[in-house]
Amino acid sequence: MSRLFMFEKPLGMRDTLPDLYSRKQKIRTAIEDEMKRWGYQFLETPTLEYYETIGTNSAILDQQLFKLLDQQGHTLVLRPEMTTPIARVAASRLLKNNLPIRLAYDANVFRAQQREGGRPAEFEQIGVECIGDYTISADGEGIALMVSSLKESGLENFQISIGHVGFVHTFFLQILGTEERVEALTRFLYEKNYVGYREHVKGLALSSIDKQRLIDFLKLRGQSEIFELAYSLLENDQGREAVVELEQLWKIMTDYNLEEKVKFDLTLVSHMSYYTGILFEVYAGNVGFPIGNGGRYDMLLEKFGKATGATGFAIRIDRLLEALGDQSEKDPVTCVLFSPERRKEAYQYAKEQRESGKHIILQDINGVKDIDICTNYFDDIVFLVGKAGKEAEV
Amino acid sequence: MNNFLTIAMPKGRIFEEAAELLRQAGFQLPPEFDDSRKLIIDVPEENFRFILAKPMDVPTYVEHGVADLGIAGKDVMLEEERDVYELLDLNISACYLAVAGLPNTKMNDVAPKVATKYPHVAAAYFREQGEQVEIIKLNGSIELAPMIGLADRIVDIVSTGRTLKENGLVEYKRIVDITSRLIVNPVSFRLKDERISEIVERLSEVKRLQSCNAL
Repeated sequence: MSRLFMFEKPLGMRDTLPDLYSRKQKIRTAIEDEMKRWGYQFLETPTLEYYETIGTNSAILDQQLFKLLDQQGHTLVLRPEMTTPIARVAASRLLKNNLPIRLAYDANVFRAQQREGGRPAEFEQIGVECIGDYTISADGEGIALMVSSLKESGLENFQISIGHVGFVHTFFLQILGTEERVEALTRFLYEKNYVGYREHVKGLALSSIDKQRLIDFLKLRGQSEIFELAYSLLENDQGREAVVELEQLWKIMTDYNLEEKVKFDLTLVSHMSYYTGILFEVYAGNVGFPIGNGGRYDMLLEKFGKATGATGFAIRIDRLLEALGDQSEKDPVTCVLFSPERRKEAYQYAKEQRESGKHIILQDINGVKDIDICTNYFDDIVFLVGKAGKEAEV
Repeated sequence: MNNFLTIAMPKGRIFEEAAELLRQAGFQLPPEFDDSRKLIIDVPEENFRFILAKPMDVPTYVEHGVADLGIAGKDVMLEEERDVYELLDLNISACYLAVAGLPNTKMNDVAPKVATKYPHVAAAYFREQGEQVEIIKLNGSIELAPMIGLADRIVDIVSTGRTLKENGLVEYKRIVDITSRLIVNPVSFRLKDERISEIVERLSEVKRLQSCNAL
């Protein structure tokens, strides 16, 4: 390996400098406050987890995990997402009285990047999990809270796509018959390869009607008008439940007045393999990647010993920042330049100003080499120099 | 603004066929389109902006969302594995990826070497065959490699087979057929879906007519 430059960080790791930090902090607070208003409680889990528990149950690909060994030789992972750790905590500690619990987190997660090494391998996610609730209302609340959180952060222009992996699975299974064949076809959706999907369908040993049903499946994108087509594609009512669920969800969306923000796309499947039902992604026009995603995972809790339903979502702060664009509204900072003999007076002044919420820097004038640069750098400047007691405003 | 589409076009071999296809689909493209040296061409009548990129880079522009749509060969898609939607097989620039080498030769047992512009595809292919080979990445004139002894085999695009023949090489194995695809950024696919669906429909209509005529 070549010698490292002193400024270098491990691949995909980034510094957050003060300007960016304060912008992050602002949207983080706005979203956190909104989540709290909806009754979600924040919690923290460890950065390191066991590979055997979190690592293997997480939906993140094995090669994307950062692994290391502890002193006893156990394999550890840096948490690649927050849903699995929260499922672990909820199953082992929190689900006591059979009441749905609403949890929230704001944490950095770690995913080693396979290509273009500079892509962030550590990034911040803020999200919620509603655990112990099988109702479609919980799914609806998730989407509504995500919309509300994004609006609180200042984002106006965004769109949510909703899919249903349960529908895809039942529908494919009814036509194709075996899990293996379902997986092969679903893979094309996952890889977003419609050309391959159509070719694959053409090559299957199926009746032309069934082939057409699989091809028409790709048209299930839009709003409430897709239900009719979805029902017509079914046979023996297999998959009906999922469509009914989606219809109910549409009703909930209209109750929340969110028709403008959401669209269905039943071809949406996720790389997060633990999703079992409704899942969604959110897009903002100027960012080429989804800024957040979520969905229902009814099987994950079982792996930690408590079989119950759950749904949640996560927003990527870095992508949200990108979507919001440059909105650097900095708090004005006043710099008080003082000479040592007037320190007490300067401190008094700063204290009063700080109490009223202003941002004050106290700087000994002897520590500044060029007064002009200093004067230009701050929004406001106050001089307290010269003999004490004498007003010496310059 | 939301109606404005950016399309990444591959320079070179595929470009003319792709432009022709768009014209057949009824899109108004300016005449200077074909021999311009500009990298960005705006077509305000159609609300299009074309960017002219190296074929290998088209999926990259699309994945990052700076281009909504792109036209890329399947070879590039296989090599780059970008997170984009492959919506339509345009059936243009048909060719295939193949293994080639000097006639009547075998892979070196001690240090089998394969030269290619497609290291990812080549590595995956030979791994599937159960062979561990050394992949040598070249950026062009791949046919040189076996001729001067850099590698035993090459993995490259073959369209007519003329280049191979003129350089005294033979094809050993056809790996996969290649045509050009219409690809779309996942976010654009959702946010600009009406416009994109319309383009897909017009292009598939052209394709359908072509295949009818062919019969």
